Amino acid sequence: MTEETLRKLKILAESAKYDVSCSSSGTVRRGRKGDGVGNTVGGVGICHSFADDGRCISLLKVMLTNVCMYDCAYCINRRSNDIPRATLSVTELVGITMEFYRRNYIEGLFLSSGVVRNPDYTMERLVRVAQDLRTIHRFNGYIHLKSIPGASQELVNLAGRFADRMSVNIEIPDEGSLKYLAPEKDFKSVYEPMGYIRQGVLENKEDRKRLRHVPRFVPAGQSTQMIVGASPERDRDILRLSSALYATPTMRRVYYSGYVPVNTYDERLPMLKQPPLVRENRLYQADWLMRFYHFTADEIAGDSHPDLELEIDPKLSWALRHPEAFPVDVNRADYEMILRIPGVGVKSATLIVNARRFRRLTSDHLRKIGVVMKRARYFITCGELESACVADVSPEYVRRQLTEPPRKAPKGDNSLQMTLDFGE
Amino acid sequence: MTVFQFDSTFEGLLTALFDAYSWRCFPDMLVREGEVLPMFYDDCREVITDEEKAGRVWRALEKKLSREALSAVVASFLCEIADYDIVLFRYLRKAVDSPVSIETDFSDPDVVEMTRMVRRVRGEAHRVKQFVRFQKAADGTYFGMIEPIYNVLAIAVPHFVDRFSTMKFLLYDKRRGFGYYYDGKDATRVTLPEELSHIATGRLSPDMMDEEELLMQDMWRTYFKAIAIKERSNPRKQRQDMPVRFWKYLTEKQ
Repeated sequence: MTEETLRKLKILAESAKYDVSCSSSGTVRRGRKGDGVGNTVGGVGICHSFADDGRCISLLKVMLTNVCMYDCAYCINRRSNDIPRATLSVTELVGITMEFYRRNYIEGLFLSSGVVRNPDYTMERLVRVAQDLRTIHRFNGYIHLKSIPGASQELVNLAGRFADRMSVNIEIPDEGSLKYLAPEKDFKSVYEPMGYIRQGVLENKEDRKRLRHVPRFVPAGQSTQMIVGASPERDRDILRLSSALYATPTMRRVYYSGYVPVNTYDERLPMLKQPPLVRENRLYQADWLMRFYHFTADEIAGDSHPDLELEIDPKLSWALRHPEAFPVDVNRADYEMILRIPGVGVKSATLIVNARRFRRLTSDHLRKIGVVMKRARYFITCGELESACVADVSPEYVRRQLTEPPRKAPKGDNSLQMTLDFGE
Repeated sequence: MTVFQFDSTFEGLLTALFDAYSWRCFPDMLVREGEVLPMFYDDCREVITDEEKAGRVWRALEKKLSREALSAVVASFLCEIADYDIVLFRYLRKAVDSPVSIETDFSDPDVVEMTRMVRRVRGEAHRVKQFVRFQKAADGTYFGMIEPIYNVLAIAVPHFVDRFSTMKFLLYDKRRGFGYYYDGKDATRVTLPEELSHIATGRLSPDMMDEEELLMQDMWRTYFKAIAIKERSNPRKQRQDMPVRFWKYLTEKQ
């Protein structure tokens, strides 16, 4: 490995950085004593570092090459862009991955690639990297492989034997907009490889029921990504699509990527001063509500309110639209209803239903448990003298109480910047 | 006020619980050996750690608490915060006295405090797994230095042994002056002299490094810079998730 490798790594990391996914969660695999290196921990995964943009660095996120034959409007690596291009050899990339992993820099590899010659040619090289890591270097850490749209089912099946997770990015949440911005792509080219992965996982499940030692196939399932703000779709459409994807058996995560204006000269794209970070954050919160809080997509953003409010989070927004559902009696209500109280998270909701078996809970207990009383007090009763409930005072009043006065941000701090949690 | 003095080991804490029951006298405060006694107290008793007493208390606890709760009790003790000893003591006493398991009674202040403390300790152990950076020495040993706020090396090391079972490595806690050396078979606790330059600085000197080490560090730093999106710069989030106290030994932050 030389200075030249370093130069290529720099170019290819810069080309890969707009892909959001980086999580290393979803599989637990113990290390093999005396054989190679690596394990995967499951749970929340391990983030080894946090870049200057606050995003976690868990996997070595890199492209094999940023040469691409496609010309998608939203992509930095499009054919018509004049940017430095580089290609790593399979040996180089495998070497970097192993060396980084041994130094505890990374949890594994997240490999993607521009499309060269044809999809199968490109996919074959991606698979080679994963195969070399697993079989020659006995690498037992995390591998996330991009499935190249248009690659054959045989190659996807081979890739799935080495990868922990695979992904195909939808990028644009509506087929019309996708064809407009990326004329060489359509929904078929996205959903077909997704279907191959799903089929592989489900067949593997059946096989493993019969033969215990069949190797696992993409054990951490698949993920996808949508760019937000590059096309006119509403939050309602995005969330409906996510919810449909989550209903399929292998989809684990949908990522949202606020559109960073990379190709400002392309007139098909909107002019943005800065990426829609707040909207992106609200979409992640909505995603959380669907996955962990038993909300449906239509409850969060339906036809009467197609966009998420930027000012308040979607859970509070739902609560203010439904004052009739409150106050919730924390000593009696179902777990599902307790989850819907603004200021109560999954953790505190679990603690509440456990703790109330021992004695009646008061607001003091709730505070100790970790409930954010500043918010929750408008939405609960706990057998005490209660403060004004949202149903008595108006939702507008509660909204005013909770949104103003805006806390003065420290100097040099962008108060519009939301904090984002990419962990799973 | 009744004060018990113990030798700051976990067995000592269990012995204190045993003695309290046999003396029919429960402390309001626990003081670790070598620490100053409070200004006013009525009664100070010294607990002499006894393996057998500790063992009997432990077996009694095994009947009262689940395995998860027992492991939480042990993990939370690693915080080594003096004020926490009495909380844990009260927690264990309640566990012994109560006819039903108290683990999920989150309206009890001691249960809440124990749960919170174990979360903090395990969080710190997780941060050790996140932020240790190994440097490769010329002899093939990997060396990593860290300064966790709680004494969590013992619960983090099994993770590294499982992950890097074919590597030799030394993981050292600078703050507490000890570390673990794994030779490819077993991890042993070691204490190294402060005079060694790599123990003093946490960095291998160039002549001790593997020939590719500097290039690898350079690559990692380059990658770290390249992967950030400038338009989204968010230093607050970075500091929140990667506390500044770890930056000292982070390759990418040097």
